[in-house]
Amino acid sequence: MRSIYVILLLPLVVVIAFWLIARVEGTGTSASRPGFFQRNGWPIGLYLIIAVGFWALFIIVLPMIYMVDLSFRPKLPLSQMGGPKDVYTLQNYRYFLFGSLTSTAHWNWIHINAFFTTIFASILITLLNFAICYPLAYHMAQSATAERLRVLLLLLIVPYWVNDILRAFAFRVLLSSGGIVNQALMGLGLTSEPFDFLAADVGLYMGLSYAYLLLMIFPLYNAIESLDRNQIEAARDLGAPWWHIHAFIVMPHAKPGIASGCTLVFMLCTGAVATPMVLGGPRTMWFTPIVYDRFYQLFNWPQGAAYAFLLLVACIVFVLTVLRITGLKLGEITR
Amino acid sequence: MTAGPFQRVMFALYIAIFFVYLLGPLVVMAVSAFNTPEYPQVWPIEGFTTGWFGKLFADRDMMEGFRTSLLIGFLVVCISVPIGLAGAIVMTQIAPLARSFYYLVVVSPVLTPGIIIGISTVVFWRELTTVTSTKFFYDGVILTVLGHASFISAYCMLIILARLQRFDRSQEEAALDLGASYPQVFRHILLPFLKPALFSAAVLAFLSSFENYNTTTFAILSDKTLTTVLAGRVRQGSTPTISALATIIVAVTLCAALAYELIKRREDQRGRARRAEAARAEEAELASIPAE
Repeated sequence: MRSIYVILLLPLVVVIAFWLIARVEGTGTSASRPGFFQRNGWPIGLYLIIAVGFWALFIIVLPMIYMVDLSFRPKLPLSQMGGPKDVYTLQNYRYFLFGSLTSTAHWNWIHINAFFTTIFASILITLLNFAICYPLAYHMAQSATAERLRVLLLLLIVPYWVNDILRAFAFRVLLSSGGIVNQALMGLGLTSEPFDFLAADVGLYMGLSYAYLLLMIFPLYNAIESLDRNQIEAARDLGAPWWHIHAFIVMPHAKPGIASGCTLVFMLCTGAVATPMVLGGPRTMWFTPIVYDRFYQLFNWPQGAAYAFLLLVACIVFVLTVLRITGLKLGEITR
Repeated sequence: MTAGPFQRVMFALYIAIFFVYLLGPLVVMAVSAFNTPEYPQVWPIEGFTTGWFGKLFADRDMMEGFRTSLLIGFLVVCISVPIGLAGAIVMTQIAPLARSFYYLVVVSPVLTPGIIIGISTVVFWRELTTVTSTKFFYDGVILTVLGHASFISAYCMLIILARLQRFDRSQEEAALDLGASYPQVFRHILLPFLKPALFSAAVLAFLSSFENYNTTTFAILSDKTLTTVLAGRVRQGSTPTISALATIIVAVTLCAALAYELIKRREDQRGRARRAEAARAEEAELASIPAE
């Protein structure tokens, strides 16, 4: 029953808090600044508060709080929820580290391995995608003619709206044992029998890199485009070698775009569900299928919530690291 | 750009490889949609067929999923665009002390993996509907719409905010001085100014919702959308009907992108013509004023 009070009280608390902040700030500034409702009128003011309040509280914050809350609870049948056994516990996180209570192994290596493989591979894929996309983004933003740019953008936008599953499927068609890549390899005499790309996880990593290529290129392009050409010309006139120009002029300017592209690609890679499902081999290590199984195979929701929370923490750490390294603010990378 | 011929060739090669990597898999898939073998195959071409498309339209689950996806996409547009608009307006008016915190909260779904959004939505609404005994609300379509709305509203807000920042407040003040009420200003000044941004936000919202899988797969419960049906089919094994579906999606996207390009080009031309007209009129005006 306690949860319903939270649900009812929180919006009230938030509204009062914002009103207080507005009051505190209002006393310092001149009195001529109109109040919120004065500025918008009652009907629109109400619409703004209700829409934003519902969104921020009921769609974003409360679900997240409940997920974290659930992750610290034991798995119980519905009848015992809220009963004496419904206490806070760390057992779901313990399971991630050590496995079930009855197992004799010291560590739950399968899950730990999958978790760190996912993080590590995602970082590598992010770097790879940056390396692939940077030259093209630079070309599009700085040296392509307007006509050429249109064609390039069109070519980029079309694959953008193809679903994750279908992109992964395209790679499966391409890399399967009877697929065109294996036929070409055998035709050239490089291998005598088809190479199993999917079991070797090559397919998975290529598929992930492929799926999120465009989420790297658009932020990069937008960031480099705003750079004044004259700066590059000036550097060149002063005798800077090409890599100096990129390292000390273009990249510092494009920092927000680089950070935003990297964050997006990393976040989508670690959270990818479709690509590992389609392109993963039988022994593939990826964290999201494990999370999915907690929910819809084992029906152990608290444990699934705990695993999801671990994934979320990994993403938050990544974003904070990127912000720290680049010295940017959050607002600068989410444009 | 002063690049040697060697560099230029290398760069052309790089662009060629990039686009082969980007478009190649899609082309391969499209070819396999027209090839006869049961397993999607590109080479050798054993015969031309459009039968896989027929099979696709005869697939009852797929069509049902398609309809659900359309419904969800429509509902997401109806929810996310108004929320995004409200979010953007609040962002410009909120007290500076609270702004960065508010920004952090509403932008966080953009940086959260989709599966976590799906999971948290299901967990929260399961609890809420149990406690308030409104179990009918615990429905796959509703949950999916709510899950999508969390991050798609943020996209919409960012799009609308970008345009709102160029809004000239003096227009609003002029209208108020001329006796307009606040709702009138909103309706006749602000909304028309934001119309292009609202339109792009709506298109983006629909497309993002339609192609989403990560959030949907958790939030949809026992219902099905196009993407979840598709995932099930792909898991069962590869058939060329999946290639056929992908081919249709690519073709539709291509047509939409081309249409958008044409519209934009025509608008550009019209804008240029109008500017030229204005410049001519101004010149004529200046010429008619007798020199003093």
